[in-house]
Amino acid sequence: MTRLRNTMIAGARGLYLAIVSLAGSITLFVFSVLSIAFILLGIGVFTTPAVLTAVRKFANLRRVQAGEWSDVHIPAPYRKRPAGPRSGVTGQVERCSLMLKDPATWRDLQWLLVDMTAGFVVVIFAPALVLYPVYGWVLALGVWKPIYNAGGGEWYGFIHVNSQMAANGAAALGTALGVLALFVNPAVVRGHFLLARTLLAPTASMRERELAQRVDRLEETRHDAVDSSAAELRRIERDLHDGAQARLVAMGMDLGTIEALVEKDPAKAKEMIAKARQNSGEALTELRDLVRGIHPPVLAERGLGDAVKALALRLPVATDVDVDLPGRAEEPVEAAAYFAVSETLTNAVKYAEADRIWVDVHHEQGMLRIAVTDNGKGGAAMGAGSGLSGIERRLGTFDGVLAVSSPVGGPTMVTMEIPCELS
Amino acid sequence: MRVVLAEDLFLLRDGLVRMLEAFDFEIAAAVETGPELTKALAELQPDVAVVDVRLPPSHTDEGLQCALAARRARPGLPVLVLSQHVEQLYARELLADGNGGVGYLLKDRVFDAEQFIDAVRRVAAGGTAMDPTVIQQLLSRRSTDQPLGALTPREREVLELMAQGRSNAAIAAQLVVTERAIAKHTSNIFAKLGLPVSDDDNRRVLAVLAYLDQGR
Repeated sequence: MTRLRNTMIAGARGLYLAIVSLAGSITLFVFSVLSIAFILLGIGVFTTPAVLTAVRKFANLRRVQAGEWSDVHIPAPYRKRPAGPRSGVTGQVERCSLMLKDPATWRDLQWLLVDMTAGFVVVIFAPALVLYPVYGWVLALGVWKPIYNAGGGEWYGFIHVNSQMAANGAAALGTALGVLALFVNPAVVRGHFLLARTLLAPTASMRERELAQRVDRLEETRHDAVDSSAAELRRIERDLHDGAQARLVAMGMDLGTIEALVEKDPAKAKEMIAKARQNSGEALTELRDLVRGIHPPVLAERGLGDAVKALALRLPVATDVDVDLPGRAEEPVEAAAYFAVSETLTNAVKYAEADRIWVDVHHEQGMLRIAVTDNGKGGAAMGAGSGLSGIERRLGTFDGVLAVSSPVGGPTMVTMEIPCELS
Repeated sequence: MRVVLAEDLFLLRDGLVRMLEAFDFEIAAAVETGPELTKALAELQPDVAVVDVRLPPSHTDEGLQCALAARRARPGLPVLVLSQHVEQLYARELLADGNGGVGYLLKDRVFDAEQFIDAVRRVAAGGTAMDPTVIQQLLSRRSTDQPLGALTPREREVLELMAQGRSNAAIAAQLVVTERAIAKHTSNIFAKLGLPVSDDDNRRVLAVLAYLDQGR
């Protein structure tokens, strides 16, 4: 029964694919060629990016269907568009030339040609193997007679249908084809996608280039990570040197004085003991703040969710925290996420003048996703020297990304994503 | 009075044992790890437990979790939690059952032996001992809110000490005024905050803490 169902589904999908690969591919190919030719006249510069984007959407739809229908995985090979596209005519020219320089564009056009010919021929078998047997039966049920009488020498496959006998033969052949469909139909659709994959998937050289890009990015984020951890160490050294260390020295000196005074002037000694105790208390407070800056204790004890909740409780602004984490991420990821949230919240309180903040922390599809929204005045921008780009660098070490939406007048929404597994 | 003590650092554990003994407490057990603490609390039935938040083997908030579990098993079991850092999040969890007999202090507070011992006694008697840092965080967060903003500076001072769990007598001694003056301040505070007046010190403290913690 499942087999029959699968066969029918494959037949329907085959019919759809056949229509789309004829109509869609031909239309898009013609438009593409015309548009590229019109670049010489100037107008093509404006139409080409739009047409090629349509081609990409068309190809991407096929990639998705390949994965969903036949489990054929086809990765998209397009080059990423560089950040900050320029507007106006220059931007158009730039976009057009970038798209034309991308080898994936030309492979897409080749695929359109293959799809409208070989792709169509392959996939038409799926609906044909379902529909043709029906026609055989219809002939056998008597329809052959009027056709024959009208002078039509109807052929069913290799059978010339000129008698009931021959019509029965047609029905038998149809049945055989129907049985064949039961076995080959899903494979036919899959074949169509495999054919598409030869042109739609990235080539070895494209993959190499992708790897090279990835190496560049890793090198950059590694530099950032090393730089920022060196800066952190310097800060910690300075804090210890000027803070706790200095206080301990002062305490040691006070204790020495007390030792000398304890018999001569007990009242003075008592006073100095109180001072020494105060110094030790302050040294502890400084160490506590320092520890919080290195690795917050709640993070170590409870993990990201409760650490963010504890953080929110310290803010002077009412903050709702919503956490949905079924486990704990690796410690470095937790720390990076925590400090990113902490920095974002500080920004919201300091610059946005918000009086309400919402934090949402959850994990889905292998991604830790955090959204921090405030009802402040907005207008936050990513850019050199802003705290936001610092957060982005911090997350970059873990392949995390940051997005900011902050129209003037608010609200501001900062979202972060870090790929990670929970344990 | 029998005490169970849980602290993993030898120096601190030793110091606490000596201090408590000097003030006539009986140390029923001084343990190092979470599982040992759970066992001691269940078997020795102490009058009060003094517990470090972070304990081995996990070195997470194991001490706090053991203390909360023991209080679930025996509601109102007096527990004084010590930590290198205080978090409102933890304070809230300790206070959540509304039973009292809870303390939450920074480890620094043991420097002042008398105040610390006073806190242990208060918790053992079913009272509350909240670290001033927790109270200050709660207050600073809501400093501009009405009706908290309507308190006079003196009333704020009294409120702060009251929220830490101090009795009228202790507050009077600290601020060097008469107990009657403090009683007047407290009834003013309760009237301004719209809280029901109660003669029971512990109920009073819990009401104040709940008030400060609400609306966030």
